[in-house]
Amino acid sequence: MNKWEDNKAWFLVIPVFIVVAVSAILPLMTVVNYSVQDIFGPDNRVFVGIEWYKDVLADHRLHNALQRQLFFSAMVLIIEIPLGVLIAMAMPKKGWGASLSLVLVALPLLIPWNVIGTIWIIFMRPDIGLLGAAINGMGIPFDHTAAPLDAWVTVMMMEVWHWTPLVALMAYAGLQAIPEAYFQAARIDGASAWSIFRYIQLPKMRGVLTIAILLRFMDSFLIYAEPFVLTGGGPGNSTTFLSIYLVKLAVGQFDLGPAAAFSIIYFLIVMLFCWLFYQVLLKVGTGDKS
Amino acid sequence: MAQIDLKNLAHSYLPNPTREEDFALHKMDLSWEDSHAYALLGPSGCGKTTLLNIISGLVKPSEGQVLFDGQNVTEQLPQERNIAQVFQFPVIYDTMSVYDNLAFPLRNRKHPEKKIRERVTEVAEMLELDDVLNKRAANLSADAKQKISLGRGLVRSDVAAILFDEPLTVIDPHLKVMLRRKLKQIHARFKLTMIYVTHDQLEALTFADQVVVMNEGRILQIGSPQDLFENPQHTFVGHFIGSPGMNFLPCQIVGGVATIGQTEIPLGEHTKHLSGTFELGIRPEFLILKTKTQQDSHEITIKSTENMGNCTIVTAEFAGHLLKIKVPEGQDVPEKTGFLNFPQQWIRLYDDGKLIEIERGSAHE
Repeated sequence: MNKWEDNKAWFLVIPVFIVVAVSAILPLMTVVNYSVQDIFGPDNRVFVGIEWYKDVLADHRLHNALQRQLFFSAMVLIIEIPLGVLIAMAMPKKGWGASLSLVLVALPLLIPWNVIGTIWIIFMRPDIGLLGAAINGMGIPFDHTAAPLDAWVTVMMMEVWHWTPLVALMAYAGLQAIPEAYFQAARIDGASAWSIFRYIQLPKMRGVLTIAILLRFMDSFLIYAEPFVLTGGGPGNSTTFLSIYLVKLAVGQFDLGPAAAFSIIYFLIVMLFCWLFYQVLLKVGTGDKS
Repeated sequence: MAQIDLKNLAHSYLPNPTREEDFALHKMDLSWEDSHAYALLGPSGCGKTTLLNIISGLVKPSEGQVLFDGQNVTEQLPQERNIAQVFQFPVIYDTMSVYDNLAFPLRNRKHPEKKIRERVTEVAEMLELDDVLNKRAANLSADAKQKISLGRGLVRSDVAAILFDEPLTVIDPHLKVMLRRKLKQIHARFKLTMIYVTHDQLEALTFADQVVVMNEGRILQIGSPQDLFENPQHTFVGHFIGSPGMNFLPCQIVGGVATIGQTEIPLGEHTKHLSGTFELGIRPEFLILKTKTQQDSHEITIKSTENMGNCTIVTAEFAGHLLKIKVPEGQDVPEKTGFLNFPQQWIRLYDDGKLIEIERGSAHE
């Protein structure tokens, strides 16, 4: 059997290859093209090599945005993954309660991003917002348009409210797929609730949680709509995450070259982290020490 | 090790059972004697797994009691009863090594680590798992995983009984034989009460010294394999045990003679008191088929023959009914017409599906 060159199976891969090329690779190449040139107009461009990359990497505003971004994504994972698992474990396993809780949990996922922003702006308003006014009413000053921490907390809450349901649904699917015999055997073995979670539920959820962590990391690392709708990256630069900074650079200042170089770096960072997560999660709990 | 008694036990999965068919298990009294190997045999959906789960405590019966050595354990949880159960699909803790899997039930019960090591080593040796003790359980084959499931039951030296719920379903045929032999060895060595649920009669008959046959939530017969074969208490047992199953012919009985269509079969003196409609049952193995007419023989038409290698199974028409006959190897099988004898000592009579007990005595000529 010829496994490589002379294989007609290659023809079956061509359609996918074309789709991926048009949707991902070609646009990416355009960005690569921009990132190595200084463009003044349609017919007026200069090749600058890695100049933009050097500029961008030395930009301390970008460093700050990256730090903010990493901290934000870490917080997202630290909050959403355990919370999602907890919600999934609390959801009824069968009967009408299961369907009802599925619908309720899924609701935030059905709302468009910018609408979520609007909902939370109103919800958090210090004067008329339900939660904003309530917090102020308790004597804690809260204003997401003025205080950086408050803006930060608000974006975090939006993100958690919007996306924890996804983690919960995936964890729920993982839990539902565990055969009943595992729980029966564990009861007979005298396992505690914690042991059942630690040795049955968590290992069996590993696959879905790996995907959940990757999805939530990528998505939160690329967060744009929520801080943009809320304060446009402010107050100050407190919620200027990487994508907001990128858009300011590309659209606000029309620095296409640095923006393109930045995009490539951004892309590589996401890839790097996903690869790291994937490698770690593949090894976790399989006992392969290598 | 313990005797297990079920008293007035009945179970329904519905909250308020009223009708007969609401019950998955109908009222029963049953004793499982200490250190015997039992098989619980019946078709899928007959309630055998429910019965097993009631014994282990995974299911709480709607009525009746479960007693271990005379002590009522009905209200106890599975972990409080000293019971082990092996499931259809191997249950192992994926993230643990084989050793940790086997030690798990003991660690949960806070045994000292030194005793755990002794016990696990002993059981692992018994199950031939000693060379994979430090491997991850998740990477082993299905039969090794099933041995681990079994091992987690065996490590607890105080178990009253080990329950098996069709444990060999996912095991390759050639390994099945080995595992079954292992189970018998374990039974012989540890003298444990074992209850083995299966729908495979061969498995049941080779494993157990007592077989409990169930159908539709009822226990139809408890007996040795030989008993089930020779004296099925119920037409269902006759059908279910044996291959092919027992022949049943509806007949009219008057004065010790059974009439089937136009044909008369004498049943002997001891059935003189019976009269009415019954079913006559006889095993294919006990029918005698000859090519030439014999004393008291009946002419039959051969429909088909199947050569099984060590015997031939003949399907024949007799008085408007189809009969299966097992002809031993080396005997002539008639081609179109044969002559059939019904040996009196192997004829069983059934009324409404149940065996009629008849004092035989002189029947064995």
